[in-house]
Amino acid sequence: MNFDDAFGTHPQALMLRARRSEVIASNLANADTPGYKARDFDFHQLLKRETEGSVRVLTTHQRHIQPDNGMIPPAQMLYRTPMQPSLDGNTVDTEQEHTAFSANSMEYQASLSFLNGKISGLRKAIRGD
Amino acid sequence: MSMFKIFDTAATGMSAQSLRLNLVASNMANADSVSSSIDQTYRARQPVFRAMLDQANADTPAVGVKMAGVVESQAPLVKEYSPDHPLADDKGYIFRPNVNMVEEMANMMSASRSYQSNAEVASAAKQLLMATLRMGQ
Repeated sequence: MNFDDAFGTHPQALMLRARRSEVIASNLANADTPGYKARDFDFHQLLKRETEGSVRVLTTHQRHIQPDNGMIPPAQMLYRTPMQPSLDGNTVDTEQEHTAFSANSMEYQASLSFLNGKISGLRKAIRGD
Repeated sequence: MSMFKIFDTAATGMSAQSLRLNLVASNMANADSVSSSIDQTYRARQPVFRAMLDQANADTPAVGVKMAGVVESQAPLVKEYSPDHPLADDKGYIFRPNVNMVEEMANMMSASRSYQSNAEVASAAKQLLMATLRMGQ
């Protein structure tokens, strides 16, 4: 068993969940801003990209830059389709955002408990008790 | 850790909403401040919100909300003929502010709801961070 892939996709999933909760928090903060367009991203598509297509570049100098995995490419940042258009051009639906935020929090905690399980399993294997 | 940014975002939301609530309070307190000339009369004040964008890359989602300014309502003032009033002008008119109480009440409810939702976001983020800090224990 390799320590690098002992955790599976969960570290990436956790990172994307944290990023998504940030985006939704921003939508909620701008619930009353005229002209603001609510944003979100497709979690599954980005997780697939992180786990399959992410390329690690060898950095041999302190000034070499590693492509930032935490960044969501601008093309993947989508706009939500408004259900009830409002007069001031704002497309934030507070109820929808609240639901998305709590669902995302639950899924974050699910990833976290998977990771905790993996860690305690590894620890058990190391100690041998 | 990017999760800390949620606190900043929620804090900008809460401060913007509390400023809005402050303006509502000011408008309601001054709803009956009459005066003797159009220029001196209080006018209802409304906040203007703007999404705060990431300075480095503007294409990414907003990182919060900010108060771009305060505008005074351009609705006509209420002119009232009341020659007995001590503040009446030489023609006997007093001017009342253009504060719409119904509008202000609705505004107040909207502001307090938005404040609550931002506070909830902050406390949910706190719970998630605490769980993350306990990871592996």
